[in-house]
Amino acid sequence: MAEAKHPEDEDGVQIDLISAERMDGKTTMEKIRMILDGVRDNNIVILEAGLTPDEESRLIEVTMTEISPDEFNGIEIETYPKSQADDSSLLGRLMGKEETKKLTVIGPANQIETLHKDETLISALVSRK
Amino acid sequence: MGLFTELKDSISRAASTLFSEEDPKRIGIYGPPNAGKTTLANRIARDWTGDAVGPESHIPHETRRARRKENVEIERDGKKVTIDIVDTPGVTTKVDYTEFLEHDMEKDDAVRRSREATEGVAEAMHWLREDVDGVIYVLDSTEDPFTQVNTMLIGIIESQDLPVLILANKIDLEESSVQRIRNAFPQHETTELSALEGDNMDEVYDQIAEYFG
Ligand SMILES: Nc1nc2c(ncn2[C@@H]2O[C@H](COP(=O)(O)OP(=O)(O)OP(=O)(O)O)[C@@H](O)[C@H]2O)c(=O)[nH]1
Ligand SMILES: [Mg+2]
Repeated sequence: MAEAKHPEDEDGVQIDLISAERMDGKTTMEKIRMILDGVRDNNIVILEAGLTPDEESRLIEVTMTEISPDEFNGIEIETYPKSQADDSSLLGRLMGKEETKKLTVIGPANQIETLHKDETLISALVSRK
Repeated sequence: MGLFTELKDSISRAASTLFSEEDPKRIGIYGPPNAGKTTLANRIARDWTGDAVGPESHIPHETRRARRKENVEIERDGKKVTIDIVDTPGVTTKVDYTEFLEHDMEKDDAVRRSREATEGVAEAMHWLREDVDGVIYVLDSTEDPFTQVNTMLIGIIESQDLPVLILANKIDLEESSVQRIRNAFPQHETTELSALEGDNMDEVYDQIAEYFG
């Protein structure tokens, strides 16, 4: 992310944990830009509050337009599955209370590999560039 | 015929074309790459119109443009259901051209295929947001259905309140597990089939008529 300066010669993995508060009030494209800028800098981006379905749909679309051979292969994204109690009821959606409080992990496809995933655990292997 | 009755006649004719012949619903066939979407689209089109929609292949991202087959009339219990079927490119969040090299492809061709594939996925997402009235979601039942792409796409479809029919394809293969798909999406009904062999297509057509008729 913008302020996070990391020395060019280090080969560590940078993780950006973005709070719900920081995302709040941003437009869909601002959120997507923030995510993809981070991922394209080879960072792992973790969102405290996830994206709405519509934002996810646009994230896939914008990701596709940015893929280019030998440079950017796209993203790996994981979220906890929404609970079966399903808060995205029609009423909830009509009231604009879409359930987006799902931790979301996004990283460069060529650097992050999901090892295991279930309702309560995401285990991922992150390799250095 | 008097002028008045003639007029009344033509008005009711106009009204009937306006109201009774509603446009066929556009049904998008979605799912991950290689699930068998085109094989299914071709089978539906061949069964009811006589010709095919597009080429099928074991190499992922064979379909890289959404293709529409219009006015497919499906007959169930003497009732006719007319739909447009849209075969879409398999959706993913990543495309790596080097994977195509494993399928004996030259680098140029692999790079071109990957560029077309990314455009196709973007196009498929656009169709999903704007241009479909219902979704047939095809999954390869030999694969783990519990992937992020499937979860996201089903979530996107649900958030738009589109009717969705989940199909567990490739049941002719030994490793097939329909139950695994039912467990992954318990909120939806899952119908099993083999698009390649044509197994259980009657039930698939019953479901299409019920969901999209
Ligand atoms: N055994 C078996 N193979 C199938 C079945 N349906 C499709 N296939 C095979 O799966 C492969 C992919 O089929 P397609 O129909 O091209 O898959 P698709 O979902 O359109 O793939 P993309 O266009 O790349 O997203 C082909 O080799 C098909 O012959 C099935 O029911 N059983
Ligand atoms: Mg296809």
